[in-house]
Amino acid sequence: MKLTSINELEELRRVISSKDPDKPCIAVCGGPGCLAKQCLNVRDAFINEVSARGLSGKVDIKTTGCHGYCELGPIALIYPQGIFYQRLAVDDVAEVIEETIVNENILNRLLYTDEKTRKPIKNGNDIPFYNKQMQLILGNNSRIDPHSPEDYLAVGGYTALAKVLGSMKPENVIGEVKKSGLRGRGGGGFPTGRKWESTRNTQDDIKYVICNADEGDPGAFMDRSILEGNPHSVLEGMIICAYAIGSNEGYVYVRNEYPLAVSNIKTAIKQARELGLLGEDILGSGFTFDVKVNRGGGAFICGESTALMASLEGKPGEPRAKYIHTSDKGLWDKPSNLNNVETFANIPLIINKGAEWYAGIGTESSKGTKVFSLVGKINNTGLVEVPMGMRLREIIYDIGGGIPGGKAFKAVQTGGPSGGCIPESLIDLPVDYDRLMEAGSMMGSGGMIVMDEDTCMVDVANYFTHFLQEESCGKCVPCREGLFQMGGILTRITEGRGRMEDLALIKDLAGMLGDASLCGLGKTAANPVLSTLKYFEDEYLAHISDGKCPAGVCKNLITYGINPGNCTGCGLCLKKCPAGAITGERKQPHTLNTGNCIKCGICYDVCRFSAVVKE
Amino acid sequence: MPGNTQKPNGNMVTFLLNGAEVQADPNWSLLEAIQFYGIDIPTLCHNEGLTPYGVCRLCVVEIENGTRAKLVISCMHPVTGGLKVRTHSNRVIKTRKMIMELLIARCPGSKKLQDMASRLELKEVRFEPLNDDCILCGLCVRMCDEQMAARAIGFAGRGADRYITTPFDINSEECRKCGACMYICPVCELRCQGPQAETTLCSGCINTEPVCAQNFDDAMCFMVPCLSCVKGPDDVK
Ligand SMILES: Cc1cc2nc3c(=O)[nH]c(=O)nc-3n(C[C@H](O)[C@H](O)[C@H](O)COP(=O)(O)O)c2cc1C
Ligand code: SF4
Ligand code: SF4
Ligand code: FES
Repeated sequence: MKLTSINELEELRRVISSKDPDKPCIAVCGGPGCLAKQCLNVRDAFINEVSARGLSGKVDIKTTGCHGYCELGPIALIYPQGIFYQRLAVDDVAEVIEETIVNENILNRLLYTDEKTRKPIKNGNDIPFYNKQMQLILGNNSRIDPHSPEDYLAVGGYTALAKVLGSMKPENVIGEVKKSGLRGRGGGGFPTGRKWESTRNTQDDIKYVICNADEGDPGAFMDRSILEGNPHSVLEGMIICAYAIGSNEGYVYVRNEYPLAVSNIKTAIKQARELGLLGEDILGSGFTFDVKVNRGGGAFICGESTALMASLEGKPGEPRAKYIHTSDKGLWDKPSNLNNVETFANIPLIINKGAEWYAGIGTESSKGTKVFSLVGKINNTGLVEVPMGMRLREIIYDIGGGIPGGKAFKAVQTGGPSGGCIPESLIDLPVDYDRLMEAGSMMGSGGMIVMDEDTCMVDVANYFTHFLQEESCGKCVPCREGLFQMGGILTRITEGRGRMEDLALIKDLAGMLGDASLCGLGKTAANPVLSTLKYFEDEYLAHISDGKCPAGVCKNLITYGINPGNCTGCGLCLKKCPAGAITGERKQPHTLNTGNCIKCGICYDVCRFSAVVKE
Repeated sequence: MPGNTQKPNGNMVTFLLNGAEVQADPNWSLLEAIQFYGIDIPTLCHNEGLTPYGVCRLCVVEIENGTRAKLVISCMHPVTGGLKVRTHSNRVIKTRKMIMELLIARCPGSKKLQDMASRLELKEVRFEPLNDDCILCGLCVRMCDEQMAARAIGFAGRGADRYITTPFDINSEECRKCGACMYICPVCELRCQGPQAETTLCSGCINTEPVCAQNFDDAMCFMVPCLSCVKGPDDVK
């Protein structure tokens, strides 16, 4: 059905919303984490069970986007009560239908149990992981089926578009976005309203709106989850942007490794066209805009704005100098406005609730919420959305549940591969664009990798430097040659061949990278090494002057041995050692021959008496 | 030193160059304006006859707008009124030297690079020499495309594995063996691997008289007179 006016849209919304609000609905999370835990089998079991009991049509079953708490997958929310069931298996399904849907009983064993009170928690919103969050962007993921525009309309979807087309001039839209204080969520944190304004002010018949869904950071899946779980919200943001800047054509550049995101956004585009929300004369307003999807090869550098546009043009994905802004000459030399997925997803919210409401969330310089992907040495791995300005401690301990295995927190790396590592002493840092920058890191697109005491910071710097070296396009000398040499120096230090002069050389290289590189990759590439050198210089020194790796990570710098006092002579290590480096009689203390040891650490892991020591 | 001999036309803009108020044609690049005023700054990937590519970053200068100063590459930055430009600030010199140090480490055998390094007063290279034969300045690629209209060579690979090659790494039909790439290359003294390699770019060594390659098994280049071949032109039998 094609809607030809705003009234028709509101009429449709009224029809959809008048459905029975008490009809049971099981929303099974279909996000990346749950998918990996076979959630689709659980969903299918629900569908089969419901139809076997003749309940088809009486219970809705939805596959939704990511709910965030990946650690507990497969997850399902049971509406209307909002019951949160976790770690579901196919075997649980019959009981859930019988007890919870038919008899309206709660199955305590499937609920989340609070760590502190040891009490089961019924409602998802009361779980500590969720109740400190502010899920303005992700919240609808657990309510809507991404394939259903009706679901999106039911939660207020496209009201912002109707408001914009019906009652706002493009200048007012831009004014509102400017006033909201929204800054780009893709990395640079550039004020979105200002970007829109400069693209609007460039005169041209053709302008482009581009959505950056390249998301090349390892371990990050914020944009993927928004695009998979709520594609219409991104689309709505893009249409509003197009109206504001005067564009009729748009692109979503999404990496090929995200097949579900590709297919969900494509479906959403098709549905929006059928509903008259995309295409010619949108909702009878006379405004025309359409969107194409372009699949990127998944190179990290293709997320950079000019490289992305080159790639869209079918050229190699390499950056170019940006002295002429893409708002003047971008894609095919036409004025282009590029924003990140999450940036676009914020737009409907700002229009609906108003810039002032939005600007009331967050800190002086950073407004609204930010989605982070919390990974590494953390109990609750997953996606979290918090208001800007929340302290790292709250994110890591209150939401993330702290460090597993009773280990000590050491550092958190924010901002993706070229972010910096923030030490324990700064754990109360409020997370916003500027405070992270001051601390030598950055917001980036919202990666957060937590590290515990067993992490060697030189090894971390070495890892990220090599990642960036491999992902560099190699076009400009500072980044290509600079990162190559930087990687060599760091490897040398982790192998115990470092020299004191290396520290000065690292700083010289870092300064040059930041000053002279062509694009953002090279400009920020020294963050991991500079921040670790700043906060963990003693570890560098231990590697260089003492030939020791304090965290016991760098192979060349550790030796394994057996403490005869603790060894019971059980022989387990002897049996497991792949190098035959351990000898000894049963029930007698064993010996480890360092010369043969290949430092695989197996003996250390298998010994039950802590007799194997590592120094 | 390359100079800018273009006549400025019409509406000039005024900006500060090393403290002096100067005027320049707004269609010029900053580099052109700087050269117009006779100031020498190093360039490597730049050539007047080719489209600027902006990758060696040796032509950096410091510009100030408002309270913030930053480095930009002059070969691609436009001249705009009110700019404050410094061509030899400490930050600029330090950056150029560091870049030069990296280039020398990559291709220590290049006479051109060595000369530039000595002009920058680079005294020490703190990296192991890699003895490579290309700094990926892209001059050859642009020469081949823009002046020879052959498009026989291009870039392949990424990051540190980037290299110059022909399509599919085999002898290219498009290549007319004109040798223009070798002519413009700043490190080509060590570039050619001889005629045997499938990937050889120009095969000039088979085309010249006397045929270098027949006389020297270890011929490394085909330029006449031969510049760096192990034995030298006098040894030709
Ligand atoms: C190496 C590199 C990779 C980037 N990758 C991404 C990415 O995957 N997704 C993204 O949205 N922005 C990425 N960016 C930032 C973009 O260049 C651009 O700033 C952003 O998409 C603009 O949108 P925003 O203003 O909404 O943040 C990357 C930047 C660099 C330098
Ligand atoms: S900074 Fe790195 S990634 Fe960016 S253009 Fe230069 S070589 Fe390519
Ligand atoms: S072969 Fe020579 S001209 Fe071509 S990119 Fe390499 S250094 Fe530059
Ligand atoms: S001459 Fe300007 S970057 Fe090479």
